[in-house]
Amino acid sequence: MNDERFVYVTYIAATAQQVWDALLKGELTRQYWGHENVSDWKPGSKWQHVADDGKRTVRLVGEVLESVPNRRLVMTWGDAVAAADKAKRSRVAIDIETVGEMVRLTVTHDELSPQMRRDITNGWPRVLSSLKSFLETGRPLNTWA
Amino acid sequence: MAAKDIDKIFKALADPSRRQLIDSLHAKNGQTLSELCTRLDMARQSVTQHLDLLEAANLISVQWQGREKLHYFNPVPIHEIYERWLRKFEQERLAALHNFKTKLERK
Repeated sequence: MNDERFVYVTYIAATAQQVWDALLKGELTRQYWGHENVSDWKPGSKWQHVADDGKRTVRLVGEVLESVPNRRLVMTWGDAVAAADKAKRSRVAIDIETVGEMVRLTVTHDELSPQMRRDITNGWPRVLSSLKSFLETGRPLNTWA
Repeated sequence: MAAKDIDKIFKALADPSRRQLIDSLHAKNGQTLSELCTRLDMARQSVTQHLDLLEAANLISVQWQGREKLHYFNPVPIHEIYERWLRKFEQERLAALHNFKTKLERK
């Protein structure tokens, strides 16, 4: 674990509510991310990142730290294989701000292990590009095909 | 991505000092203005101008930590360029390789 941090930003022609729903609703995340994020999204609740692979493999687990609908979501983010070791979990903050007719979506990821660092630096640019494409054109990038 | 946003990205990248700034942030994410100046041996004022241009192109993002303004490389727009202009060519090549392999293996 180190104090390194990654900040990913994308501007999307959509409303804050559309972006929030696209991040949390399974029927939407499946389409552009190939996964579902499952939780009741209340602070203190657990969440799971579940693959849409027919077997519903749980890839990531964590806990919801903050949740303000359409605005901000903070959660811990750890490999499901090392689920018991909470000290190994990284942290993700998602911020949604309306800027004119666009939404500025910021993902801040820190408290990373070396393995998680590798995974997320490949992962977030793909996920966010695919999300933007999905919301703006109705077509995701076929990154997970 | 809108055409004007793509213009901004390519303009921002069309300068060796700005590319150097991105490389520096890629090596060490979350630097202050002073750190960036020291590492690159550039005048503070020109670094500030370059950073403004990079931020306008969404190639860097800034976060405040107390009184310090930290700069982060944001690769998302570059990934969109990759998706649009590079990955589709890569896919054709991969498909060609796949066909080649299938043919060979059938013999």
